[in-house]
Amino acid sequence: MELLINLTINGLATGMLIFLLASGLTLIFGLMSVLNFAHGGLFAWGAYSGVWFYSLTGSFFLGILGAILTGAILGFITEKLIITPVYGNHVQQILITLGFMLVLTEMLKVVWGPNQIAAKVPPYLAGSYEFGDVLIIKYRLFIIFVGFLIFGIFQYMLQKTKIGLVVRAGVMNKEMVQALGINIKRVFLYVFMTGAALAALGGVLFAPYSGVIYAEMGFEFAILAFIVVVIGGMGSFSGSLSAAILVGLAGSYMAYYVPALSLAVNMMLMAIVLIFRPQGLFTAKG
Amino acid sequence: MMKTLLKVEELHTHIGQYHILQGVSFEAREGEVSVLLGRNGAGKTTTLKTIMGLTPASKGTILFEDEDIKKRPTYVIANSGIGYVPEDQGIFADLTVEENMKVAMRKEDDATLARQEYVLDLFPDLKTFWKKDGGHLSGGQKQMLAMARAFVHESKLLLIDEPSKGLAPIVIEKVMEAITEMKKSTTIVLVEQNFFMASRIGDRYTLIDDGATVHAGAMKDLIQNEELKRKYLGIG
Repeated sequence: MELLINLTINGLATGMLIFLLASGLTLIFGLMSVLNFAHGGLFAWGAYSGVWFYSLTGSFFLGILGAILTGAILGFITEKLIITPVYGNHVQQILITLGFMLVLTEMLKVVWGPNQIAAKVPPYLAGSYEFGDVLIIKYRLFIIFVGFLIFGIFQYMLQKTKIGLVVRAGVMNKEMVQALGINIKRVFLYVFMTGAALAALGGVLFAPYSGVIYAEMGFEFAILAFIVVVIGGMGSFSGSLSAAILVGLAGSYMAYYVPALSLAVNMMLMAIVLIFRPQGLFTAKG
Repeated sequence: MMKTLLKVEELHTHIGQYHILQGVSFEAREGEVSVLLGRNGAGKTTTLKTIMGLTPASKGTILFEDEDIKKRPTYVIANSGIGYVPEDQGIFADLTVEENMKVAMRKEDDATLARQEYVLDLFPDLKTFWKKDGGHLSGGQKQMLAMARAFVHESKLLLIDEPSKGLAPIVIEKVMEAITEMKKSTTIVLVEQNFFMASRIGDRYTLIDDGATVHAGAMKDLIQNEELKRKYLGIG
C-alpha cells in the first residue's frame, strides 16, 4: 500500500510538471495554430533563472516569481521575433522553433556554464509527512498543490472572465473574434506569454524535484508535453491536465512494475488515442 | 439625397492564385438596405469579407464615412462601426448563447445591457436558449444569434451574408421582420440569393457577376426588369 501511494504521488507530481508545460503548449496551438518546439527551452530557462533568483535572494518564492517573469519576457521576444513571421506556416514554424530551441539551450550554457547545476528544495518544503507507515515527500505534495492551483485559476479565468471567453472563442473561430472588434494579435501575444510563463513555472518547480538542472532538460519534457497535448486534445486545458496525470501515473507505475516499458508507455498511450480518438480525449471546450 | 455611408470602388481581391473580385463597385446610403445579388460564386461573400478586411483587397477603395478602410485590420474596421454576420453565422459552438453575446459586447455597462435587452426583444427565442451551447441551436436560432451579436452595438453599418440560407419559410419571415426593425436604426448591406426576400426589404440592388458589378439601381426597377432577373439571377 505504501508503495502504491508513493508511486501515485510521484506520478501525480511528474504529471503536474508536464501539465504546466503542456497547458501553455495546448493554448498556443489551439488558439494560434502554432507548433512551438521551443517550448521546452522556456521550461529550461525557467529552471535556470528560478534557481539563480533563489540563490540570489534566498527566497524560493522570489525564485518562482523570477522564473515566471523570465518566461513571460522570453515568450514576448519569441512571439514577436520568431513566431510572428511564420504565422500560418507549420513547416516553417517547426523549423524555426526547433532552431530557436537549440539557441535557447546553448544560451543557457553561455550564461550559466555547460555543467549541471544543483538545485535544492527550500528548507520549509524539505522532508516528508508521515502517515502511519506511509512517508510522503513534502515537495511532491507542493508540486501537486501548485499544479491544481494553477489549473483552478486558469479554469476560472477561461470560464468566467471576458479574456477567457475571448481565448475560448478564438480557439473556435479566430476570424469571427476579429470581426467582433477584438485585436486577436494582442490576445495571441498574451496567450503566448502566459504559456511561456507556465512553462517556466514548470521548470523552476522541476529543479528541486530533480535535484540538478542541465541545459538539455527542456527536450525531454517537451516530448512528454507534446504527447500530453495530443492525448488531451489540442486546445483543451482540462484535457492537458487529465492527459498529464495519465502520462505521469503511467510512467511512475511502469517504471516500477515493468521498467522495460517505462519509456515506451507514453508513446503507446498516444498511439492508442490516435487510433481510437484522433481528436484527443477532450475538445477545446475545456 | 441620403448620405453615402459606404462607397466601394473598383474592388479587386485575390485569394491565393485566384482573382475573385475583378471590379466590384457599389454604395450604401444611410438608412437603406443595399442588396448584393448574383449567382453562386459571383463574389458577393468575398465582397463582404473584403470590406471587413478578412480577405485583403489587392486594388480599389473602400470608403466608410469618407475614409479608406481598405488597409485597416479587421478589428479596427469592426470598432469603427461595422457589424458583420457571416454566411456560416460564425457562432462559437462550445460557448452558450449568453457567452456568445458577451464576447461581442465591448462593455458591460448599463447602456450596453439595455441595448442587449432591446436586441433580445427582436429575437425572443434567444432568451429561451440563453444557457444552451451555440452548437446545439437550430439553423434559424444560430442566424438570430449571429444577427443579435452583430447588432448588440449601435453599428452604423451591418453586413449580413445570406441570412435566409437553409432556413424554413416561417423562420425566414422572422428574420425578415428583424431586419426590417434593424433597418430603422442602421444601414444594411445584404447578400441574398432569395430574390423574394431581397426584393421585399431591399431599397437598392447591385448585381455582381464573375466578380464584377454589372448593374445597379433601385430595387423597384429590378423587380420590373425581367430581362436582368433572367440573365443574372436565373429567375423568370
